[in-house]
Amino acid sequence: MALGHNHPDGIDATHAHAHADVWLSDVSAGYGQRVALEHVTLAVEPGSLLAVVGPNGAGKSTMLKLMAGLLTPWTGRIEILGQPAGREARRVAYVPQAELVDWAFPVTVEDVVMMGRFPRLGRIRRPGADDRRAVQSALAEVGMARHLRTQVGRLSGGQRRRVFLARALAAEPDLFLLDEPVTGIDPTTQELLMDLLEAQAERGKTVVATTHDLACAAARFHQVLAVNRTVVAYGPSNLVLDADVLARAYGGHLLVLDGRTVVLDDAHHHDEAAPGERHFHDHDGGR
Amino acid sequence: MDLLLDPLGFSFFLRALVASTLVGAACAIVGTYVVLRGVAFIGDAIAHAGFPGIVVAYLLGWPLYVGATIAAVGTALAIGVVTRKAGIRQDTAIGVLFAGTFALGVFLFSGISGYVADLFSFLFGNVLAIGPGDLVALVGLGLAVIVVVALLWKELLYATFDPLGAAASGIKVERLELLFLTLVAITIVVSLQAVGIILVVAMLVTPAATAQLLTVRFTRLMLVAAAIGIISAVVGLYISYWLDVASGATIVLVQTALFVIAVFVGPHGLIAQRRYPVLRLAEDELDDAHAKGSAA
Repeated sequence: MALGHNHPDGIDATHAHAHADVWLSDVSAGYGQRVALEHVTLAVEPGSLLAVVGPNGAGKSTMLKLMAGLLTPWTGRIEILGQPAGREARRVAYVPQAELVDWAFPVTVEDVVMMGRFPRLGRIRRPGADDRRAVQSALAEVGMARHLRTQVGRLSGGQRRRVFLARALAAEPDLFLLDEPVTGIDPTTQELLMDLLEAQAERGKTVVATTHDLACAAARFHQVLAVNRTVVAYGPSNLVLDADVLARAYGGHLLVLDGRTVVLDDAHHHDEAAPGERHFHDHDGGR
Repeated sequence: MDLLLDPLGFSFFLRALVASTLVGAACAIVGTYVVLRGVAFIGDAIAHAGFPGIVVAYLLGWPLYVGATIAAVGTALAIGVVTRKAGIRQDTAIGVLFAGTFALGVFLFSGISGYVADLFSFLFGNVLAIGPGDLVALVGLGLAVIVVVALLWKELLYATFDPLGAAASGIKVERLELLFLTLVAITIVVSLQAVGIILVVAMLVTPAATAQLLTVRFTRLMLVAAAIGIISAVVGLYISYWLDVASGATIVLVQTALFVIAVFVGPHGLIAQRRYPVLRLAEDELDDAHAKGSAA
């Protein structure tokens, strides 16, 4: 294991560039005048199952939006699947936070999952038998095949999450970008979603998900990226999720119990000075 | 029967029938997205912004449609750009634009001496007065709007429901937004002679709002809205002919009546909710059973 302190042109960026699915080099970005992330350098290998963790306002969602090409960085370079962000959009599935979706919208479960097929259809073509089959099998994978014709607003929080993951699966992407996919859902659904994401990673697809749930990040993700306006730590989850790193990512407001880390108070600490960057390298590329 | 057939002997009535049917359909189809985006007030603002365009066209001796189109599309695009760039809340910006443009129209209008029937019909609409030349322009623009929506319904739906997900999947959401506002503007211009500036927002919003009470599927919602738009246009036109009253207002009243009926007796309406609180559950089970059946 090598610890690299504060080297923006570090090993990750240059060496991993050629075969990384997600590559950011000294990226800074924000909204209006407000800085959300600065000096982010990062390379995510194909087949990664990466959790992005950090306190509220640390820039987790911004990181995902940059990768999805939804936000243009102020400075720095981003390459996704070997192309500038946004170019390979059809090979990327992005799932927004559940709170950002209007659940009263008149669409059924089938309609929502079918949206995952739209990019493949192009402009004129209507969904055909192939697409309906892909929608069916994606819904079967998440255990929602029975709810094909239910309006999405009638679903529980966990069911809604499953439907959105089904939409991502139906798109058959090479890169999954998921904003808080396991927040506020029951443990059974969480296990199911994580099993599915792990299976995708094993097939060589890259999964990047933000989460507040450090226990889930430790137990189910292979890599963890801790952010707090910049990269605090990045590497295999067992190495990143130690009390020392987390204390710096979360500004010291942590309670550690029996090796399990519990966040006590994660709000209002993102304005503190950006902590030093720490990269963990694991040459097996995961666990 | 004669009551229905007699008016068809008049070419002005036939023209009005074609015009209002097309307007009813186009408004309902575009209006479905307007309702789902919650931007009815943008439609109202665009309609009012068309007025100075019409008055200026009149003063310059241009076809009134040309003036209305330039003003409405210009305003629509201005709304699209300003709300993204300026640090003002969208409803505030539109409130300013709405009143300002309409005031400009009234200012110019009041300077014209004498009564100008042509201009007045744009305020309240008079589809029975539509001429053959106007009808050709109206049918062309109306069909163009419907064709564009038919080609882009998927992208518009995705961008309306989940703009972030749509943009990330490669849909050019910002460009689509400007195109959508342009479609709204053209639809409004097409509708002005039928229902007028003041009532056009009802043509956009009411059929889709009514359809929303009847179905929860997007494609069905749009078809139901179009059907309501067409039916109320035809029924409203006949009533206005028989009673010799304003056609635009009558069409809007028919739509409003259908909406009120749906509020009470629709499957998700007030009566269904009060009498059969379990109906929703039962429907879900039916849905599930259906899904199982079709999966097998």
